[in-house]
Amino acid sequence: MCFIRLIERVSCRFRSCDPRLYQIASLSTLLAYGLLWLHFDVSILQIALTFGTALLTQYAGTRLYKLPAFDPLSALVSAAGLCIFLRTNSMAVAALAAGIAIASKFTIRWQKKHIFNPTNLALLVVVTGSLGWISPGQWGQAAWFGFLIACLGSLVVTRAVRADVTLSFLGCYIGLLTARALWLGDPLTIPLHQLESGTLLIFSFFMITDPKTTPDSRVGRLIFTLLVALAALGVQFVLFRPHGPLWALLICSPLVPLIDRCFPGSRYDWARPSKGELTPPLSAPVFVPLSIPSQQRRVS
Amino acid sequence: MSHQDYEACEDGWAGSRQDPHMLNMRLYVPAVLFLVTLLLWNGTASAFCGFYVAKADSKLFNKASEVAIARAEDKTVITMANDFKGDVKEFALVVPVPTVLEKAQIHVGDAAVLKHLADYSAPRLVEYFDANPCRLLYPESRSMDMMGKASPSLQREKALGVSVEAQYTVGEYDILILSANESAGLETWLTENGYRIPKGASSVLHSYIKQNLKFFVAKVNLGEQAKLGLTHLRPLQIAFESPRFMLPIRLGTVNADGPQELFVYFLTRQGRVETTNYRTVPLPEAKEIPLYVKDRFGDFYRDLFAQQVKREQHRGVFLEYAWDMTWCDPCAADPLSGEELRSLGVFWLEPQGRPGRGPQAQNVFLTRLHVRYDEAHFPEDLLFQETSDRANFQARYILRHPWTGQDECTAAAAYREQLYGRYEQQAQTLATLTGWNIGEIRKAMNLAARPTRDENKWYQRLWNN
Repeated sequence: MCFIRLIERVSCRFRSCDPRLYQIASLSTLLAYGLLWLHFDVSILQIALTFGTALLTQYAGTRLYKLPAFDPLSALVSAAGLCIFLRTNSMAVAALAAGIAIASKFTIRWQKKHIFNPTNLALLVVVTGSLGWISPGQWGQAAWFGFLIACLGSLVVTRAVRADVTLSFLGCYIGLLTARALWLGDPLTIPLHQLESGTLLIFSFFMITDPKTTPDSRVGRLIFTLLVALAALGVQFVLFRPHGPLWALLICSPLVPLIDRCFPGSRYDWARPSKGELTPPLSAPVFVPLSIPSQQRRVS
Repeated sequence: MSHQDYEACEDGWAGSRQDPHMLNMRLYVPAVLFLVTLLLWNGTASAFCGFYVAKADSKLFNKASEVAIARAEDKTVITMANDFKGDVKEFALVVPVPTVLEKAQIHVGDAAVLKHLADYSAPRLVEYFDANPCRLLYPESRSMDMMGKASPSLQREKALGVSVEAQYTVGEYDILILSANESAGLETWLTENGYRIPKGASSVLHSYIKQNLKFFVAKVNLGEQAKLGLTHLRPLQIAFESPRFMLPIRLGTVNADGPQELFVYFLTRQGRVETTNYRTVPLPEAKEIPLYVKDRFGDFYRDLFAQQVKREQHRGVFLEYAWDMTWCDPCAADPLSGEELRSLGVFWLEPQGRPGRGPQAQNVFLTRLHVRYDEAHFPEDLLFQETSDRANFQARYILRHPWTGQDECTAAAAYREQLYGRYEQQAQTLATLTGWNIGEIRKAMNLAARPTRDENKWYQRLWNN
């Protein structure tokens, strides 16, 4: 009983925190594991530059777009993601990627919502420009490690109330990969090997789950993840190009406003994590004092 | 970080790793970040990688196959080395290919060029000689800087669902390009036509057929071989255009007797190549090892590789060499000439006016990968990507000869004092890298016979107890 009460107390305490704090902690742990154990070829200078530029761009954007407050958390999440994925020999490229990621949130927008996942967009711009590269095989196939990511990640998505995105994407992706293996007559060790990818798990738990760039409603999110899974397999097995999931997310992101229009839901706010259900219409009129700003712009 | 260890000994490193735009960056990134990060930045540079002593030949490994892949803009030329040792009548090769190849897309290469490529990129042993400490102001720090871092009847074919898309004789080889509707038919056809297909290959063939791959099948034409007067089989080359950047290894793993070795040499325009579905790991490099390894470098490298395979749980692909083809330092062999590179399929190089050796090649980056694979750990074919990484890497191991002069000075005394610690460090490095017994290493190094003066505790030395 005492133990259950302790867990409840701890979870109550954490429920009050911003979900992005969990994301930052999880991504930092993964980065540290990669650096210390797998010897990722990322210098301390690159990490510092990525974080520095991301925060600076966020600050510049906050001032330029006159946002009510400087919110560094999303910038930190994007920077940590870039450090985990991006490899480059040029420090300027590391800074450029961080700048592109954060700047895209302020500039590429549709109906007060940014369209692309910042890290995803920056990574693919840099890779397309041959300025850097992504090593999808860098985590190896250590099963326990995948499990660790899954645990850390699920914690994040549960807090971000976007666990449905991870589950439906992984469900579609695993289902389609298995179906392909069965059609080809391949042993199931092949789809299993394809799933034992740290990069895929990080993508599923940390990137596609961004509530700001996924549809607002649950139905919308299910449709979106199915499209991303199909596109990812298309890139890999029809076009024969690497980074299938990353390209798939980039291609499908512009469809989010359309999905939101067909299946509306409530807009996500980091301060008040929600599952996206629309608030029921109020029966009685509500009077709003004139002193409260009617709409505060939030870019995070 | 591995790259950074050897960076210090390359002239060309500055162009790839050190960023020429760093100064500009400082203009718009807060100075505080730089104060912290610049302190962590190690920018030592020296232009000396030691004298080349020996290389680890790919023949050290049993059941090793060698493949060279030249690729740019989806245009691919694959050279398959042939070290078939048995009766040439027995030789047969079945390779899944993405397209039906025309005769002009098949070529017979020169084994010597492939051998040159293997020699040029082999893991190497280099040696340094310590200088007289009495004549150097900072002998130790200086030396540390240097160390740096497959003729069937038509009816039978139809019955089996196999069609011979094309048939050619190229050099000493009879070549068929097959397509098939189903794997059992293809397997029967191959068996009836004298190709030994391992049991269980049917499911792999089925998978390749479904993926719309064709089969490049080669046998030796004994008459042509006799006419050519050849005693060995030359490498087969195929050229095709396909977005698929992969190497089919699954047929080789079916019913294989133990793991197999594969060396893949990539010649690309942009930069280093790595696997996307397996972890590519650079081998340990720039390690200082005991002098006696000079006569046992083959054993050393074989055991080092086995240790690394174990460390990566038999699932790693290892980077042995990544270098711009224009130069090498130290050179295990001269860089390949433009003509040699073109013969390996580097189509983007313009033909040279006159053949010659030396550093003429441009825009060619060589990546050498070494993989030990079996069905259990490598269930899927190898998939690759070309990165924009042009940082140089070589599996290089160092022998450091002590100075043996008789001069007496304070620096010489201090130098002799630290030698034992250095030998012990080398012994431990060797034991860690190869898994060899530390006791035997010490014995071979004659370490036990050395004075134990350095083993005194600091306080014993303080009061001369």
